[in-house]
Amino acid sequence: MTDQPFVPSFDDDAGADRKFVLICSKGNLDMAYPGLILANAALGEGIETHIFFTFWGFDMINKKTMGNLKFSYIGNTAMHMPGQFGFSMPQGMAGLPGVTALTTKMMKKQIADLDIPEVPEMLEMITASGGHLWACRMSADMMQLVEDDLYEGVEGIISASDFIELSEGAQVIFI
Amino acid sequence: MPTTTIAGHEVEVNEEGFLTQPSQWNEELGAALAGLIGIELTDDHWKVINFLRSDYEAQGETATLRRVSTQMGLPVKQLFTLFPGKPAKKMSYVSGLPKPKGCV
Repeated sequence: MTDQPFVPSFDDDAGADRKFVLICSKGNLDMAYPGLILANAALGEGIETHIFFTFWGFDMINKKTMGNLKFSYIGNTAMHMPGQFGFSMPQGMAGLPGVTALTTKMMKKQIADLDIPEVPEMLEMITASGGHLWACRMSADMMQLVEDDLYEGVEGIISASDFIELSEGAQVIFI
Repeated sequence: MPTTTIAGHEVEVNEEGFLTQPSQWNEELGAALAGLIGIELTDDHWKVINFLRSDYEAQGETATLRRVSTQMGLPVKQLFTLFPGKPAKKMSYVSGLPKPKGCV
């Protein structure tokens, strides 16, 4: 033992060299969370973090849809009832009226049970933690959306070239 | 487990330097731990530390940043101001608790 106390290295500078950029391109409930959770975790580690929303990812920041994303298991053969591993839900059922509402409700409950907030609150946490949100120019034009239609935490609608500049030196993850 | 001496107290720590025995912690030690990572404790810090300590006792695990924020009604932003950089890790270290396990 030395006289110097053993102290964890929080290494505040390590995060300073690191930049984390997530591209969120999906608007399903289950595909919204990976990006949000990772962004939130990166911010908690002191890393500069940006999320770029494109195509269906706009549903995560469109005020009209962000609180109401849905989960369907159409095309997802991994879907099983909670705890029933190995027993896939019949694909033919997934398209029946009301099934998407039901699976959405079930997934939302599982997420809430873990005390993980809904999408709008996740975005609020991310911006409060210093994260940056950006929307894709082409998607906005295609969907005829303007900044007023988007969550107020979105800093701007930017072009593909802007994004390339923004992501210089970053670790980029496409979801 | 290795031990280290902080402010005259010999405490058990893990490989990262976090205290492994929450019972070895006291307020004097908390202030010393904060000093070692460059934080001078104010009343606002102590409110968070006291919450973390009592919540750990009740739940058996360290509260995540979100839990601290929602349970105490404190904005996340303020937690980043109080414990800059890596707030969840720093607040648990100062409170003599393990790092939070939860993702959010």
